[in-house]
Amino acid sequence: MKFTKTLAAAAAMGLALSGSAYADADPVKAGFIYVGPIGDLGWTWTHDQGRLAVEAEYGDRVETSYVESVPEGADAERVMSQMARSGVDIIFTTSFGYMDPTINVAAEFPDVAFAHATGYKRAENVATYSARFYEGRYVIGQIAGAMTETNKIGYIASFPIPEVVRGINSAYLAAKSVNPDVEFKVVWVYTWFDPGKEADAANALIEQGVDVIMQHTDSPAAMTIAEEKGVYAFGQASDMSAFGPNAQLTAILDNWGPYYIDRVGAIMDGTWESTDVWDGIGAGMVGIAPFSDKIPADVQALATETIAAIASGELHPFTGPINKQDGTVWLADGEVADDGTLAGLNFYVEGIDGELPN
Amino acid sequence: MLRLEQRQQPSKLMLYLTPVLAVLTTMAVGGLLFVALGIAPGRAIYLLFIDPFVDRYNLSQLFVKASPLILIAMGLSIGFRAGVWNIGAEGQFIMGALAGGAVGLALWGMTGWWILPLMAVAAALGGALWGLIPALLKIRFNASEILVSLMLVYVAENFLAQMVQGVLRAPDGMGFPESRNLGRNEPTALPDVFPALGINAGGVTMLVLLTLAFFLLQKHALGFQIKLTGDSPRAARFAGVKPGVIITLCLGVSGAAAGLAGLFELTGAAGKLTIDFPLGYGFTAIIVAFLGRLNPVGILLAGVVLAGTYIGGENAQFMLKLPAAAVTVFQGMMLFFLLGFEILINYRVKRLRRAV
Amino acid sequence: MDFSSLNAVAMIVLLIGAATPILLAAIGELVAEKSGVLNLGVEGMMIIGAVTGFITATTTGSPMLGFAGGALGGALVSTLFAFLTQYLHSNQVATGLALTMFGLGLAALMGRNYNGIKPPRTDRLEVPGLSDFPVLGELLFSYDPIIYFSVFLVFAVWWFLNRTRGGLVLRACGENHDAAHSLGYNVQLIRFGAIMFGGACAGLGGAYVSLVRVPQWTEGMTAGVGWIALAIVVFASWKPWRVILGAYMFGGITILQLSLQALGISISGAYLSMTPYIVTIVVLVIMSADRKRASINAPACLGRSFHASH
Repeated sequence: MKFTKTLAAAAAMGLALSGSAYADADPVKAGFIYVGPIGDLGWTWTHDQGRLAVEAEYGDRVETSYVESVPEGADAERVMSQMARSGVDIIFTTSFGYMDPTINVAAEFPDVAFAHATGYKRAENVATYSARFYEGRYVIGQIAGAMTETNKIGYIASFPIPEVVRGINSAYLAAKSVNPDVEFKVVWVYTWFDPGKEADAANALIEQGVDVIMQHTDSPAAMTIAEEKGVYAFGQASDMSAFGPNAQLTAILDNWGPYYIDRVGAIMDGTWESTDVWDGIGAGMVGIAPFSDKIPADVQALATETIAAIASGELHPFTGPINKQDGTVWLADGEVADDGTLAGLNFYVEGIDGELPN
Repeated sequence: MLRLEQRQQPSKLMLYLTPVLAVLTTMAVGGLLFVALGIAPGRAIYLLFIDPFVDRYNLSQLFVKASPLILIAMGLSIGFRAGVWNIGAEGQFIMGALAGGAVGLALWGMTGWWILPLMAVAAALGGALWGLIPALLKIRFNASEILVSLMLVYVAENFLAQMVQGVLRAPDGMGFPESRNLGRNEPTALPDVFPALGINAGGVTMLVLLTLAFFLLQKHALGFQIKLTGDSPRAARFAGVKPGVIITLCLGVSGAAAGLAGLFELTGAAGKLTIDFPLGYGFTAIIVAFLGRLNPVGILLAGVVLAGTYIGGENAQFMLKLPAAAVTVFQGMMLFFLLGFEILINYRVKRLRRAV
Repeated sequence: MDFSSLNAVAMIVLLIGAATPILLAAIGELVAEKSGVLNLGVEGMMIIGAVTGFITATTTGSPMLGFAGGALGGALVSTLFAFLTQYLHSNQVATGLALTMFGLGLAALMGRNYNGIKPPRTDRLEVPGLSDFPVLGELLFSYDPIIYFSVFLVFAVWWFLNRTRGGLVLRACGENHDAAHSLGYNVQLIRFGAIMFGGACAGLGGAYVSLVRVPQWTEGMTAGVGWIALAIVVFASWKPWRVILGAYMFGGITILQLSLQALGISISGAYLSMTPYIVTIVVLVIMSADRKRASINAPACLGRSFHASH
């Protein structure tokens, strides 16, 4: 009797153990919601590269899935819910506009982890993450300031939201620091991704005498036009030298792989928590592509120094004295802008011409 | 050799059969498309056409997606019957949402049962006025309503972008170009009525209006005039129908319907006004109108089927890696097949015998 | 606001490049409409041309073959519309819209493996001596072959419609299809051909966008330009030469608003973006209001199905 009981208990324990071992063998499921097509070679493409990095890192231990071109709003909520219901363990929602849908769906699925890119609302199972792109902008701003011969730098901007304004301000401050005569010309195209409009904007800027182009839009159209017209440009989110072998000086690289690998790993060993991650060059989330040979050695050296200084925290792009465009003081000498102000930045710094739309 | 021979009377059987034939043929051809894409056809077809009506969660989303399509299509169909081609429903959708949303935002902080209905009236007016611009230009200047209404879509989109960045922007939204969330604000939120099917107050309004449209077209003299104008403009003139009245009515009604749909979407599913608020419903509704053979009952069914393919398509994307574009191809194909099969209503196919 | 740096010549060159796809699509649609067919599927045909042209060019390495491929793609997809409207008597407005939606979806499917690829470069004309001539050299001799071809095409269409027997027959189909039929002409076949010509032109215009204007392939890249082409045909009162005027005007406004921004003029970008469309409406109204002119030039049978009644 006792023996049978022990046997039964042993058997039960064996089953339970093998059951959990079986559970461990279940791959972790990670889902990605994209706002654009993965072929955009910009924002969504880089996130998808991150997803592929996760697959490469974990192999059979992970199963990823994605839905692309999901409009923000009710559709996003539905897709997230479906993903959550199908047993996904963590869902990455890669656009600001997914903020409310993420919070709503997360409330209904407390056992699923959510991570929302570029947002500011968190919950127990919702983390946020973003990259300090303005650090990358500072680096390319310096290079642009040094490389321009007409002293006119063109900026193709998408929407007047804090992230874009941060980029313009940061690039301008950097350019001005190496070239006091530099002038920024900003064109607002009101889209993240429209190759035709971006090409038109690039052409319009070049015709107005610009010889270096920066963009906060997602396609390589501007780079292609820059190559054609013989001016310089910077790749956005990815290395665009295929489109501008002569034109690209360098590029700001979005590198989501390390963050995604880290977060999926946290799910795997059960240590995942809601966090807010705003990493930059130091943590490897923002990268700078190899410099073009066209950049003279001294400029390359300066840029390399700047990258190192930013990475180590020695240099913060928004360090005073800086005034707002209307002349009032923003940052005193040596004062560094706090993350809160930066997150909601909605004014130009002194020296930038033109009005910020609303 | 096949020949088309005109029937004595339009075939009633074909009238009801053609949409079914269109859907079935689309499934078949679509199946081939899936095979070409390397996707299991059976599973894909199931996800696109069956699952949305069987799975409980999908069902609860059905009318969320179908209501705006049906509402807009209903308005459009009245015009299409009369030969008044409103292609700008997307713009009227936007303007209606802007008008209604502006009222709701202006009254932010206040409560009262009257707020939402007031917003709805504003939205209907906004959409109607935007639709009356092409009407006016057509009556007065003979300008094509197809082109004017379409151009106005782009104008409306840009106007929306301007508004959400400026006047209507949420003050505590960190500078992002979007309005406050009206969908989560109790006085302005659209209440649910029958959540199991996703029917909210907007859905109920849609059903009521659809019934009204049915009676207008079938029983009311005005409905007769509308149909007559479409079938034979000359006969309509002889019968004393004033074209200006018909044009104004059709564009005004379809504009109002689209505007209402915009408001329901804003206060329900979408929640707030953003630059990406318009989702192309104004154009998809055109397909719904034709698939539904321009009559209210058909439109109801067509809207439900099309909404199902949207929902099913999203699921198929992440379950089967179906490319998003495949769903659009599907919907275009359905319309093509429907238009093709329509000939069978008025003509029968006869095989020519060789003369012996 | 510094107008002195506004480079007028450069702007003109730019706007001609921007206007060429619209010009090509519009002249093709003009022929179709002259034969009595209203084809709202221009956007669909253009985007199919953009993707087929792109695929052909990158596979063969030749941009010229790419343009041919784009024209062929547009013509092929237009046959769906032609068959449905001419032989199955389907409603032209609905069929045209279906073509647009189907075309957009199919193009996205076909092109999904071609994102991010660079197409072979289309070279611009380099006439030694002439091209380097100040101002005039750039204004007249620095374009790529397709731009010159587009102007030639307008001339060819004008010649065909007004100076040849074939053009006369085609116009007859558009003005009075019953009379044309009783004279023994196969109205449906002629319209079929006109539709395919329209498709080829739209396809070529689309290929120009993906091979020269941008140049790369992305979903939905024609961004509504096909609808503008339809408006231009009305604007031009169905006269070929006026199509050039309309297309260049539209291209000009589009480029101007971006240049104004680059100059630092702070009219809101959103309002500036509206201007091309508002101007199109105004012009449409003016053109249509002149009833005499409009009624002479709009083909009388435009949009009406032809049913042989024998």
